[in-house]
Amino acid sequence: MILARVVGTVVATRKDERLVSCKLLVARPVSPDGQLEGTHLVAVDTVDAGFGETVLIVSGSSARMADGLAQSPVDAAIVGIVDTVSMA
Amino acid sequence: MQLARVVGTVVCSVKNLRLSSVPLLMIQPIARDGADVGRPLVATDAAGAGVGEQVFFVRGREAAFPFQPVEVPTDASIVGIVDHWDTSA
Repeated sequence: MILARVVGTVVATRKDERLVSCKLLVARPVSPDGQLEGTHLVAVDTVDAGFGETVLIVSGSSARMADGLAQSPVDAAIVGIVDTVSMA
Repeated sequence: MQLARVVGTVVCSVKNLRLSSVPLLMIQPIARDGADVGRPLVATDAAGAGVGEQVFFVRGREAAFPFQPVEVPTDASIVGIVDHWDTSA
């Protein structure tokens, strides 16, 4: 899983029917100290995350294990809102 | 599976219900000489690892297997703590 920050939303009228009523957010990976890095990605939000929050994103087929996505064509899902990251 | 070092902990109050009571650790993949390789990532811990320990972890859908029958939404899980390793090449 990766840490990422929510930096936007996606609106799509035409999409796969199994994505209807899914909330799609644009996120950007962050380092443990919060620096933005890497490229933007679109993830389905399952925990009511909001703009600017640091979140936990699960990728690949594991993303379908998040709530309500078992049969959905997704490869990235937001499964947690990060409170703190403590580095040794 | 890959070798990594546990470098931190992650706390999430709001998370998928099936992630409740599953420890989340920050890990850094390492090379055979212990040098960092690539970016750190968050992994669920199925082995009881702690910060500073060397571990091996599994990626992908298989990362959820240690937690069966619960289907935990994870794509990286620590499945072993390394005592020592030897390589000849």
